[in-house]
Amino acid sequence: MAFWNDRHTRGVLYQVAALGGVILVGGILVSNTMDNLARQNIATGFRFLTREAGFGISEHLVDYSPADTYLRALYVGLLNTLRIALSGIALATLLGIVVGFARLSSNWLVARLASVYVEVTRNVPVLLHLFFWYAVVTQAFPSPGAALEPITGFFLSNRGVAIPWPGLGVPTLDGFNFRGGAVLSPELSALLIGIAIYTSGFIAETVRGGILSVPKGQLEAARSMGLTGWQVLRFVTMPLALRAIVPGTTNQYLNLAKNSALAVAIGYPDFVSVANTTINQTGQAIEGVAMIMAAYLTLSLLISAFMNWYNRHVALIGERS
Amino acid sequence: MTARFLKEGTILYGLFGTWYNALLTLLSLWMIVEWVPPLLDWGIFSAKTAPDPAACRATFGACWGFIHEKYRLILFGGYPFEHQWRPLLTSIIFVVLLVTSCNKRFWQPSLAAAWVLALITMFVLMHGGVLGLPVVESSRWGGLPLTLILAVFGLGIAFPFAVVLALGRRSKLPVIRAICITFIEVVRGVPLISLLFMASVMVPLFLPEGITVDKLIRAEVGIIIFAAAYSAESVRGGLQALNRGQEEAADALGLSYFDKTWRIVLPQALRIAIPSITNNFISTFKDTSLVVVIGMFDLLGALKAGLNDAQWRTFYVEGYLFVAAIYFVFCIGMSKYAQYLENDIGRTTAKPS
Repeated sequence: MAFWNDRHTRGVLYQVAALGGVILVGGILVSNTMDNLARQNIATGFRFLTREAGFGISEHLVDYSPADTYLRALYVGLLNTLRIALSGIALATLLGIVVGFARLSSNWLVARLASVYVEVTRNVPVLLHLFFWYAVVTQAFPSPGAALEPITGFFLSNRGVAIPWPGLGVPTLDGFNFRGGAVLSPELSALLIGIAIYTSGFIAETVRGGILSVPKGQLEAARSMGLTGWQVLRFVTMPLALRAIVPGTTNQYLNLAKNSALAVAIGYPDFVSVANTTINQTGQAIEGVAMIMAAYLTLSLLISAFMNWYNRHVALIGERS
Repeated sequence: MTARFLKEGTILYGLFGTWYNALLTLLSLWMIVEWVPPLLDWGIFSAKTAPDPAACRATFGACWGFIHEKYRLILFGGYPFEHQWRPLLTSIIFVVLLVTSCNKRFWQPSLAAAWVLALITMFVLMHGGVLGLPVVESSRWGGLPLTLILAVFGLGIAFPFAVVLALGRRSKLPVIRAICITFIEVVRGVPLISLLFMASVMVPLFLPEGITVDKLIRAEVGIIIFAAAYSAESVRGGLQALNRGQEEAADALGLSYFDKTWRIVLPQALRIAIPSITNNFISTFKDTSLVVVIGMFDLLGALKAGLNDAQWRTFYVEGYLFVAAIYFVFCIGMSKYAQYLENDIGRTTAKPS
């Protein structure tokens, strides 16, 4: 038998060929890139990170001025991304659970309204949600002096949204400014509203699917034991449904984190936006894009890890591994 | 508490059977009464359809005049005005083909041939340069045809790669498996916008000196990479759902890997994967709107351009509603179709006994 007819040998050959192909293509790209960079006098490497950034960032959770380094600027951007991702996840989960339950309501009207909400939010691009809400916040909301107060302590104005926050107290209107509370800029407000509404439609469907996946016999058994409606939900439906809900929700959280990068489209200084400015100023495109990818891969991995831990926590004892 | 005259399980019982349901019903009704009449008044009764910004400002109603004035810009972007029948025809061909492809009766090799032919026709129509049609550079393409081109070409070209990636991910050869897993997971872990930035700033660096690539193609490359990774996971789902006996039977018959995959595994696995791939198409369709960020004028980008006109800037709600409605019709149509397929395939696929 010729050696190329041997299954094992052929397997090795295929793999060598595939690896060779990847290395060859990668090599050509790297060599082209090096040539191009050399011609444009751009030095590769991350030394530019210690240079002065020279641009301002409108929103920063830590001290920042244009005299700080690029590294500091990117750190500010990263914190902003984390801020949107985490608060977006919280808001979307809250909305999604409410709408998911509403879709399953025995009340026909409520179920219909919820399903209209789900279809409309899911079938429109997330970027359109963001542009729309940004236009609403900046153009339709009144000036701070005449801010809307739909719920006591929550103010809507074209300079941003003021909400009560632990440690900062409840905001009050003082002339043309808010005193106390947390004031979210128009960009941040639009981003949070848009992303949370878009994602909540998907989470609602996951919640609904999870609850529907609970076998009917379980509920009947629980009712026949004399548990009340609330007890059935708390001790039978939710523990069983969560096992189906958590993995689906994890995917939605990952999508939300990635969609938060659209902040750049409405001018909120998230990580992508800051990295993009850095790329434009320094020409360090490869390093910039590599950092963006590394940051989001890390964020995705962290969310996955946390949700996997939580998933093990809610799994049935026998299925824990 | 419970009203005895209402029978459990009926709609009326659901609405008023318990005190909390009655409360929810009243709340919903109050919302409808409070919001729907003003909305109708705004959208229909007090609305102005004449393209006159002054008349629009005089009423509190919707200004559909904005759409009246700008619909050609929104639908076709910056395409030369007198040649806009070309993108119109392109969009019609796209829609007709998409609808035709939904009918299972047409799932034959000739459909694939029709697609290839149609795609070539559409390119010729849009680009011109032959049959006396003047050339229109792709930088002037925009609106709905651009959205459709990005989505259909994106997923169409990505699909073969997706199949290869999915097969590679399940391969027994560790190096090939590692390459495929790395590609799929890295692409799925990063935002599409970063791939589009990569395509717009890094592709020029990757190419040898003197070769430049059109912006449309660069954006398309980003979308293809993204769609390939996501579709690969859909295809993998189909491969995993396939009854193992099929593969074992093929092995027992002594088929080669190629014959086994091409004749036994893929035809069945892809069939199972179709609903999930349709959902990928919906996401890709919505995600093409991100090309706005790298300065292209797809449906959303063209609308933004229309809203930049200072006269019309305040009528953004009408504009966004119009574009949202277009996206909505396409997406809901496809998602209902995916649901139908899912039920249909569940019914017609042999279950392992």
